[in-house]
Amino acid sequence: MRGFVLPLLLIVFAEIGARLHGASDVLAPPSEVALAFVEALRDGSLALATRDTLIAAFGGLAAGAALGLALGVVLGVSRPLDRLLELPLEVLRPIPSVAVIPVALVALGFGYRLEIAIVSFACIWPMLILTRAAVAGVEPRLLEVARVLRLSPLATVVKIVAPAALPRIFVAFRLAAGVALIVAVTVEIAVNPQGLGAALMTAGQALRPDLTLAFLVWVGVVGFALNQLLLWTEARLFGKGAAR
Amino acid sequence: MRVWAWRLASLAVLCLIVGGWAEIAALKLLPPLFLPSPSRAWFALVAGFSRGGLLAKLEGTLAHMSMGWLAASLIGTALGGLIGSSARARAYIGPTLEFLRPLPASAVIPVAISIFGLTPSMAVGVIAFGSIWPMLLATVHGFANVEPRLLEVGRALHMSRLAVALKIALPSALPDILSGMRLGLTVALILSVVCEMIAGLDGLGAWELLAARAYRSPDIFAGVMLLGAVGLSANAALSVIETRALGWRGR
Repeated sequence: MRGFVLPLLLIVFAEIGARLHGASDVLAPPSEVALAFVEALRDGSLALATRDTLIAAFGGLAAGAALGLALGVVLGVSRPLDRLLELPLEVLRPIPSVAVIPVALVALGFGYRLEIAIVSFACIWPMLILTRAAVAGVEPRLLEVARVLRLSPLATVVKIVAPAALPRIFVAFRLAAGVALIVAVTVEIAVNPQGLGAALMTAGQALRPDLTLAFLVWVGVVGFALNQLLLWTEARLFGKGAAR
Repeated sequence: MRVWAWRLASLAVLCLIVGGWAEIAALKLLPPLFLPSPSRAWFALVAGFSRGGLLAKLEGTLAHMSMGWLAASLIGTALGGLIGSSARARAYIGPTLEFLRPLPASAVIPVAISIFGLTPSMAVGVIAFGSIWPMLLATVHGFANVEPRLLEVGRALHMSRLAVALKIALPSALPDILSGMRLGLTVALILSVVCEMIAGLDGLGAWELLAARAYRSPDIFAGVMLLGAVGLSANAALSVIETRALGWRGR
């Protein structure tokens, strides 16, 4: 309950401040932001932009997380391979995801494919690194059991490693999902003319601070809801604190 | 010695990958317009430094990134210390921070543009806003989880609240703060590239985007390599600072 005091106070102050200041091209009182939000909800632009952003974010997340997961499992299981690929990964990882935008832009043009490519590049890293750590951190005695039972490497991964590492891998997926949404919106703001990011830019350039802020709040709500949903799923699947 | 042998083998793999890239480019398996050979990208990088003014762009990106990040570090640590050392402040402010944290920082760019215009201060403001979250939350966490017996020592010595914060809480929260600063630096680099792209500021982001508009792909790849090097060296510098600053904890 006490958590609501600060946002409410801020909204009231913003309302009073904006009313005293008069009309502005930069900021709008919260009441007008709420009206603009309803307007965007009614004419369908909000739903359309949200759909575009989520398609790109989830498409990129699926591709990037699958690739990161596969690489992470392989590198976590095989120490020699992990050491061999150490330097190439160390060189590739610090490249900021947005720096690759122009590369993808020339090759793919505007649209979903550009965004999905950048999002998947960004999602590989958290997934790869945390999965590798999760797999490498599997209790050694479980692996001894696998050896005693003469399980094949594939059976060891499927029957022993995957269940033991799954809670931590899900945490990695939750973080990657957050990254996916952030990168999708960022690509839209920077170059791609679709989705929530482009809607934000358009509203800003049209000098509609009420609409800009409405979209901004909505982006925050979407990000928060996605995170809460994944946290809830995590608790349902593995129990609270299973990832620790 | 074995470590070095593995490092060398890893370097060989890296060379193999670059060799494969060169081979793909030479055989034109992908259109050269999309994928220039490594040597062309390297020459574009060298030519950019010798006559293309790439150094100025690099300096621009570094300036945006470091100014925004430093501002975020100072404000984030100070605010985080204030919030973290009071349970009541945490109860009131914590939920708002949790809501703001997953917000894509780039989403505030349109608002920042309408306030500051297409200026470097817009970029610094956005970078500071975006990279403050990891540091703020890490500092709150660090200050909130100080060993209680250390705080009892502070009380027994009749230390003032400020002295407790500076002499006990800050050093014990330092590992958290430094890892937050490291995360923040990554965010700062990403945001400075994005801001440069949008606002056409003097920096590598705008340079890369211009190269893309003119289909000069060797220049784009040169920019990607340079930005990768910036990320790598910034991270390495912070690691050095981290081991220096936290050396006392090992003993």
